Amino acid sequence: MEIFGIPLQAFLGQLLLGLVNGSFYAMLSLGLAVIFGLLGIVNFAHGALYMIGAYVAWFSLEKFGLNYWAALILSPLVVGALGVLIERLFLRHLYKLDPLYGLLLTFGLALIAEGLFRDQFGVSGQQYAVPELLQGATNLGFMVLPNYRAWVVVASLSVCLGTWFLIEKTSLGATLRASTENPTLVQAFGINVPLMVTLTYAGGSALAAFAGVLAAPVIQITPLMGSNLIIVVFAVVVIGGMGSILGSIITGVMLGLLEGLTKVFYPEASSIVVFVVMVIVLMVRPVGLFGKEK
Amino acid sequence: MSALQSPSRHRAGHVTWLVVLAMLVAAPFLGVYPIFLMNALCFAIFACAFNLLLGYTGLLSFGHAAFMGSAAYATGWLVRSGGLSPELGVIAGTLVAAVLGLLVGLVAIRRQGIYFAMVTLAMAQMIYFICLQAPFTGGEDGLQGVPRGKLLGVLPLDNDLVMYFVVLAVFAAVFLSIMRIVHSPYGQVLKAIRENEPRAVSLGYDVDRYKLLAFVLSTALAGLAGSMKTLVLGFATLSDVHWSLSGEVVLMTLLGGMGTFAGPVIGAFTIVGLQNFLADRVGSWVTVIIGVIFVFCVIAFRRGIVGELLAWQQRRRTG
Repeated sequence: MEIFGIPLQAFLGQLLLGLVNGSFYAMLSLGLAVIFGLLGIVNFAHGALYMIGAYVAWFSLEKFGLNYWAALILSPLVVGALGVLIERLFLRHLYKLDPLYGLLLTFGLALIAEGLFRDQFGVSGQQYAVPELLQGATNLGFMVLPNYRAWVVVASLSVCLGTWFLIEKTSLGATLRASTENPTLVQAFGINVPLMVTLTYAGGSALAAFAGVLAAPVIQITPLMGSNLIIVVFAVVVIGGMGSILGSIITGVMLGLLEGLTKVFYPEASSIVVFVVMVIVLMVRPVGLFGKEK
Repeated sequence: MSALQSPSRHRAGHVTWLVVLAMLVAAPFLGVYPIFLMNALCFAIFACAFNLLLGYTGLLSFGHAAFMGSAAYATGWLVRSGGLSPELGVIAGTLVAAVLGLLVGLVAIRRQGIYFAMVTLAMAQMIYFICLQAPFTGGEDGLQGVPRGKLLGVLPLDNDLVMYFVVLAVFAAVFLSIMRIVHSPYGQVLKAIRENEPRAVSLGYDVDRYKLLAFVLSTALAGLAGSMKTLVLGFATLSDVHWSLSGEVVLMTLLGGMGTFAGPVIGAFTIVGLQNFLADRVGSWVTVIIGVIFVFCVIAFRRGIVGELLAWQQRRRTG
């Protein structure tokens, strides 16, 4: 069977790859949106945290024999702790300044992380094996579905929706949103806002690390994997607008799919299609698809 | 700022500039490697162009390497394969950067602040991918073997000393024009936009047009820097359009002092010198050290070298 002259299997395969990429975009732009919402900082280091997450998984397997499932828990914890350090040591000096300084500082941190990892592990990629449980593929009749990729989509979308639920539907989330609106007033109610801020940054970092572990078996783990991705995620964030959590999830997934489709029909443009969409959105609706006019 | 300066301080400023110019003229004769000086001067042009945008208009472009790099490619390709003379090649490269700047600027000024930075970064990445795939850029290898040729058909640029003085002259011209722009009524409006954009709007200025012109001027000058660099080094590569270079020019401006005339020049010489010095000694640690300087500048040194000097002078006079 063929679609527009493309074999169905290849078509669906690319679409699935797009969906996998889209779930990474969704997870990372979600973290960026949450951090920006409360801290007012555009976290350029988000890509580096994602990269470190993948390396923690690889390293703990190589050195300590910790398997994938353990890494899926351990890595977000380690990177979350790193996030606490970053927020306490650096970011808290910047809250009263122009948000541009936050971008520049986290850019510097990303450079440091990249340089250190390049020095330790070189620029060539590391391989991480797909866990035994998820090896192989399932034949669905119309396509062969690699189990691991299906898992990535399911796991990341569950985490995204979980985060959305946590922020939009629980009392913790309500406090968090209130702190975004008016930190002074929330503090006056006896809530420790600086602690919330630290935990938010740590949570965003952990989310990036979780994405890193999920990505480890399907990509080459390199020190540069984060920066290359984060720039696309920035475009995703501009397209979606940072106002809405559900919005950033939907935008991420849609753009991943669109990228997959472009790979089928016009592969040369697949690396720039997200940026082209960004330009169009900026021309038509500058605040982003889900952004709110101020 | 100039309005506050007393005439004697103004004169002292002129003397400083003359001393610096004399040093730059004498440098190649005192044994400083001319290629290094030319490279540093090209980056100084780049950083000054960037500072016009960040320091005087308050717009953080995180994609300026795209303009420097595409001009570098355009000049390299036109001079090598098109047989253009060096001066025409440089003019063409600058124009390419200006046109790209106009296109990117039209899109980017639709958002402000942090979004402006993200949009310019994303658009620059698009230009990077186009350069990676375009047939005339040589892909990963870059565009090699660009001849310097003869300027206006007479001056042999193959001679490093001749080339150096051409670069120095271009640098001086850029530096003076930026000073002129900033001190002009147009420059005053740019500063007003930097200080308080809504107020500039309410005073009746068409802020978007002012910003767009500043963006195009800045990208054209960044392109000029890239074109000159291609002539100097004889090649253009992907690292000229890479986002890390966009970050470096931010650092040069921040370290030297944004919103000051001399700051970006000092920043560019410091960073280029540091990279040259460290390159063979520490390997990947160069990136780490650059990152550490970045973090340090943002946390504790936001005024930069020149900004701190000016503040110190101010304190001494008042206190």
